Amino acid sequence: MKLADFVCFKALIPRLESTNRDGVIAELVNALDAAGKLGKGNCKDLIKTVIKRENEASTGMGKSVAVPHVKSNAVSEVVAAIGMSEAGVDFSSLDKQPVYSIILLISPVDDPDKHLQAMENLFHHLQTEKFRKFLRQAKTVAEIEDLIREADENSTL
Amino acid sequence: MDSVVCEISVEIKNADGLHMRPAMMFVDIASQYSCDITVSNGERSVDGKSIMQVSILAATYGTKLKIRAEGKDSEKAVEALRELVEDTMFNEPGPEEK
Repeated sequence: MKLADFVCFKALIPRLESTNRDGVIAELVNALDAAGKLGKGNCKDLIKTVIKRENEASTGMGKSVAVPHVKSNAVSEVVAAIGMSEAGVDFSSLDKQPVYSIILLISPVDDPDKHLQAMENLFHHLQTEKFRKFLRQAKTVAEIEDLIREADENSTL
Repeated sequence: MDSVVCEISVEIKNADGLHMRPAMMFVDIASQYSCDITVSNGERSVDGKSIMQVSILAATYGTKLKIRAEGKDSEKAVEALRELVEDTMFNEPGPEEK
């Protein structure tokens, strides 16, 4: 699986408006909805579900990234939205540091293996300092898109 | 200090596999021990105390993993991890219970 297989290029937000966790989650879910990725799924319910999941255990895994994620009937394939915060957002991360890049992942309910594959791919790149740096520095949708495509071509990025 | 190496094989038994929550539980337990812990799925070996690394194993239901611990408390560590993966199954259901 490649990043471009599940990252929605119409749901890339180089400058998130919100400066708090729940606002950022809402922005990302709304972006997926606007991109037509959520089918008949109810946007507000989905936002609540993501926040509830995040309250159970933070997906801020350190190194300035957070990967909020849930399963939902709204999607039949894994989809992801990406947003960057210039000021940083408190995600109650493991390392207690603010996060600057947030990747929201929505996975279908009945395909746990696909979810794992998408996560594997994402974390493979997120482990690379260069990828995290480029992501955080991306200023436009096109720059994020280029980075995603480049990472798909070059597994060391 | 004696360096004891312990290696065991475990199988993922919860239906959803080693997704983030189980991976965090794994790392939490692994981090309670001073020994070095590596986990391998045959293709790659990763640091059992790093959440990102454990997550990239993408171990699905039925996947067999090798857990290798090296250090004085390695025996206790692999037993605690085996219990988590196979007995308590990360407090998650197996495929037949879903």
